[in-house]
Parts: sequence; C-alpha cells; structure tokens
Amino acid sequence: MYRRSFFGLAAALAVAGTSLFAQDMIKIGAIAPKTGPLAGGAVVTQWPNVRLWVEEVNARGGLDVGGKMKMLELIEYDDKTNPGEHIKLAQRLATQDKVDFIVAPYGTGFNIATAPIYGKFGYPMIAVSAITDKMEELTTRYPNLFFTLGTTTAFVDGVKEILIEQRDAGAIGNEVAMVNVADAFGIELADRARELFGEAGFDIVYDKSYPLGTPDLSPVMKGAKDSGAKAFIAWSYPPDSFGLAEQAIIEDLDVNLYYSAVATSFPAFKGAYGNKINNVLGAGGTDVDNPAIAAYRKAHMDITGEVADYWASANTYASLQILEQAIVGAATLDRDVVTQYIKDNSFDTVMGELSFTNNFSNTFWSVGQWQDGVFRGVKGSNVEGAVPVRAKSGWSE
Amino acid sequence: MKPATVQELIWAGVLVALAAFWPMMSNGYWLGIGVDVMMYTALATSWMLFSGPTHYISLASAAFFGVGGFVVGSGMSDYDASFWSMLALSAVIGGVLAALIGLATLRLSGVYFVIFTLGLAEMIRNLVSWVQNNFLGSRGLYVLTDFTDAHLYWMLLVTAGCVYLLGWIISRSRLGFALRIIGGDETVARHVGINTATAKVILFTTTGVFGAIVGAIIAPRWSYIEPNQVFSPQLSFFVVIMALLGGSGRLWGPVVGVIPFLLIWNWVDSNFSNQSILVLGVAFLVIVYFLPHGFVGRIEQLRASARGRS
Repeated sequence: MYRRSFFGLAAALAVAGTSLFAQDMIKIGAIAPKTGPLAGGAVVTQWPNVRLWVEEVNARGGLDVGGKMKMLELIEYDDKTNPGEHIKLAQRLATQDKVDFIVAPYGTGFNIATAPIYGKFGYPMIAVSAITDKMEELTTRYPNLFFTLGTTTAFVDGVKEILIEQRDAGAIGNEVAMVNVADAFGIELADRARELFGEAGFDIVYDKSYPLGTPDLSPVMKGAKDSGAKAFIAWSYPPDSFGLAEQAIIEDLDVNLYYSAVATSFPAFKGAYGNKINNVLGAGGTDVDNPAIAAYRKAHMDITGEVADYWASANTYASLQILEQAIVGAATLDRDVVTQYIKDNSFDTVMGELSFTNNFSNTFWSVGQWQDGVFRGVKGSNVEGAVPVRAKSGWSE
Repeated sequence: MKPATVQELIWAGVLVALAAFWPMMSNGYWLGIGVDVMMYTALATSWMLFSGPTHYISLASAAFFGVGGFVVGSGMSDYDASFWSMLALSAVIGGVLAALIGLATLRLSGVYFVIFTLGLAEMIRNLVSWVQNNFLGSRGLYVLTDFTDAHLYWMLLVTAGCVYLLGWIISRSRLGFALRIIGGDETVARHVGINTATAKVILFTTTGVFGAIVGAIIAPRWSYIEPNQVFSPQLSFFVVIMALLGGSGRLWGPVVGVIPFLLIWNWVDSNFSNQSILVLGVAFLVIVYFLPHGFVGRIEQLRASARGRS
C-alpha cells in the first residue's frame, strides 16, 4: 500500500516536474512575411531582429520573471503577405500554440487586421512597421495596440521642413516634382503631401502615380526631368525606390533634392548604386554615432550576419526590448499586467528612453540622408543626433 | 452536370442547419478555419454554377472578390457608409461588372476565355488603384466593425446556402438544361435554337454577384483593405482547384473538395510553412491523374460498381 502510494507520488512529481519545466519557457509567437510582396522588407527589418533578440536573451540565461529565469521559445510562421493567412495563423498562435506573448506583425494592414484577435486574448501589440493617421481611433478601439514609428503626417512634415530649408538656402525654387506608387501607403502620403506642400507655398509642377510592381519607370523619370523642378519627391515602396534611383542615374536627373520613401534606408540601396546615391534622402534614419545604436548594429551584424537597415530595424529591436523590460518589470506573464506596465512606464532602449502617451511613442526618425556611405537621420521627433541636410549634386561615383 | 434532385436539396438543408452550430462548438482557430471553409464553399459553388455545366474555366473569382472588398472598404472609409448598404452595392457592382465582361468575352471560348479571366483581376486591381489615386484620394481603407468571426461565419453560411439554392433551381429549369447542352456541344446548342450568349451571361453574372458578396463579407475580417491583397490571383486558383477536386458533376461537389483541401493546406502550412504552396501543385496532379471527375466522380463510380456487383 505504502509502496503504491509512493509510486503514485513519484508519478505525480514526474508530471509536476515536466510541467514545471514547460513553465520555464516563455513562448513568443511571431508572424510576418517570408514570401510574397512584403517579404523583401520583412526579411531585412523584422525577422533578423526577432532572432537577434531571442538569441541574446537566451544567451543571458533568459528573462527574470519574479525571481525565476525563463528562456524564450520562438514560434514563427510565414503569412505569405496574405491577410487571410495571417489572421488564421494569429488565431493559431493564440488558441492552439497558446503563446505567452507575440511580436507585432509587419505592415500597417496586418497590424490592424490582427488587433481584434490579439486584443481578445490580451496580448500587448507593440507595432513598429505600421504608419497611420488613425492612431487615436485605433488605440481607443484596441487598447492593447501601441504605435512606435510615427504618423503619415509626421513623415510628410519632415520632408516639408527640408523643402522649406532648401528653398530658403536657395538650393531649390518653388517647383516640386512628385510621384507616388498607386497603393494604399503611397496614395495616402501623396494626398497629405499635396495639402501640406501647397500650404507651404510649393507648386507641384509634376504629379504622377505609377502602379505597384511596374517594371518600367523610365517615363515617370523622364516626365520629372522635363518638368525642370529642382526637387524630386517619390512616395515609393521597396521595388520602385530602387527602380526610380536607377532611372534617375540613367537620365542624370538634375535636382538639388532627391527623396524616395521606403527602402531607401536599406543597406542594399547603397549596395546597388554605391556612391552615386550620395545625398539621396529617404524615409527613416538613425544615428550611427550613438553608442547604443553602434553596439546594436554590431550585435545585429555578428549574430544575424546582416547589416541592420538604417531605420525601422532599431525601432523593431527597441519594441522587443520594451516587451522584455515590461515582462521583467511586471514580474509576471499575466498579459493584462504587462500591458498596463507598458502604458505606465518608460523603457531604456537602443532608441533611447521610450514611453507611451495614449499608446503612442513619439520618438522616431522621419527623414534620413545617405552621406558618404552612411544613412544618417536628418529629421525626427524627440531624437538626438540629426545632421544638417546636404544638397544633391549629380549622380557620379 | 446532372440536374439536382429534391432529395439533394433536403440533404443540403440539413447540412446547412448543422453547420450553423459550428461557432458554438469551436474556438478561435477552428472557427477561423470554418470561416475559410464557408468562404471557399460559397465561392467554389458559385464558380460551379457557371463553369460546371458550360466547362468554361473562369479565373475571375479574385476580380469579383476584390471588387466586393474594395467597395466596402472605400464606402465605409471615405464616405462613412454603413456596412449593409455597401454589401448591397458591392453585389450590384459585381453583377454589372460580370454582365459587361460576359457580354464582351463569352463569345470567346476555350483557352481564350481562361486567359482573359486570369488577366481580369490584375486589370481591375490597376483600374481601382488608378481611380483611388486620381479621384478618391484615400487615407487607407479601414473597415472597422464589431463583427466577430461567428457573425461572418453565419453570413457566409447564408450566402453559401443561397448559392446552392439558386443553383438547385437553375439546374432544374430550362436555363439549366440549356447550359448542359452548351457544355455538351455549343454548336449543337446554337443549332437547336438556344441563345447561348444570353444563357452564359446570366450565369456569369450570378458568379460575379456572389463573388463580390463574399469579398464584402470578408472585408471586416481583414479590417484594412489594400488592392494588392484583395485582388490576389491565388484566390482564383484556390477556387478552381477546390471545385475540381470536389468534382464538377454535381452542385454539392465543391463542398467535398473545399474541406479536405483546406484541412491538408492548413496542416502543411503550420508544420512545413515553407512548403505549403506544394499542396497546390500536388492537388493539381492528383486531379489530373487520379480524380479527373473529382471526389464526386469517384464516389459515383464506386457506387455504380457496387450496384453492378450486387
């Protein structure tokens, strides 16, 4: 009888032991494109940072949750840049894999589409690659959703300030040539720009859109060249930011200010065009001389084998640091407590001290410029280390 | 395609009633799969209405689906319209569009028609982007509603039920008979006095209407509409493969294609995420080599041989 109960006890202990072991892990779920149209951006900005963070935390022995060290276990899925797939996978993370926390998706639409699901299960979502002017409405509706990369208006404002400065300096006149990709983000930015540039007294003498994924941007660039404007602004996406630069080089576009939006900050942009793109402006920016950023960029290179991009990479890593510090600070895996902790505290990250007001972090870079092989931040909000803008002159090496 | 029987209609009614209880029995993930099943059932059945009897392979599903999603997104985001009015409007626009396309192209046959419909989604995507860019000017198309997956599931179930009922009525009508003759031999059909163009346009229009309705119902689930995503050509291929896997001989064929396909797809997707697109190719091969008439054809073949033996 005794023996039997002893065995029973041993069995119970064994069961308890395995479940204790399971509890020593923190399950982190991550869904983002590895294939499809947005994969090009996600494999540069999103995935390397998720892996970097998980490896670094585990190398330190995990996270201290209320006195107990817990390792991170990463569960990752490819959404194929398909909202239907993404939603299904998000439900899978929440109800089948039962992950403890999630990494916010890549892309504005994906963050908004999954906000109701993650909201229902109380997951804090610290969105990075999501830019919108509807933050107030969205965060009221989804109180677990946080934004960290700025608003549409802030992006256009950054460019507007540079236009005004360069006009005052005499580098450009009132004429601006503006093009945009005819997709959600490009249309939104161009629409806002028409308004803000007009208010600032600029005359958009050339205003054209082109379809996403168009292989031939030469007519667009020829038109911009013929307009004679000394400032060229493109609200563009990854494939066309490259295509426009290529055409500008071919056409030898004669401007003193050249800006293209997303992906200009990718290391591959310089990889493709070398010093020809010196003094090109683009969305994003970073301060490579900042010791925290420099250390982060080195770790990114050492662990993932890739150069971090000069924009949202640091923000993405910072969002994971916020999650990490909130879990440790709240000393629990209870998601409601962790979410509240994020709202109430400020966090020490590679982007500096970050905190949220109405779920919005107002620390971000909006415009950067390639200056002698490095893409440096020139405009931003609450960031230090902005360098003066230089005028563009020619497209030679 | 054979005419549907009353017995089949009763079975369909029972299945719809049973399916209505799914949201009460399943949690988030399985309910999500249920929404997918209902969405593809509605799309594949409406595809079957037209392509089953006529043997015209249409790859236009994504075009109509995208129009539905886009109308809801644009209406609710830019004009503060209600979801229900936009749902109705998308059905109308989907129908008109399909009728116009049908009038222009259904005189084509065979491979010309397939290629045209494949290009259609791409053409409409660009057209929509151009209109949005030049005339609407948008701050992103947000579809923020309080619908849960259960609501969407029921809406899709009702849609799928309506598609089936319509198909059932058509298949027993003169129109259905005419379509079967067109499928058999279009020249003969014309010769016996059937207005083949009109019959085809009517059926193609219903496909357009239901495609747009399904797209409109899915829009609140996606919450944020981007033309590049709602007009994804993958959807058209999914619909065709699921319908053919089920078998085009019967109106209920798509249901037996959609469910196994989606279960396998999701299993592969979550276990071998990078290989899931292989499922599509393998399904194609299986259809061509082993199931030329789909599951339905195989079931009926087995039934016939069992009867022959007894």
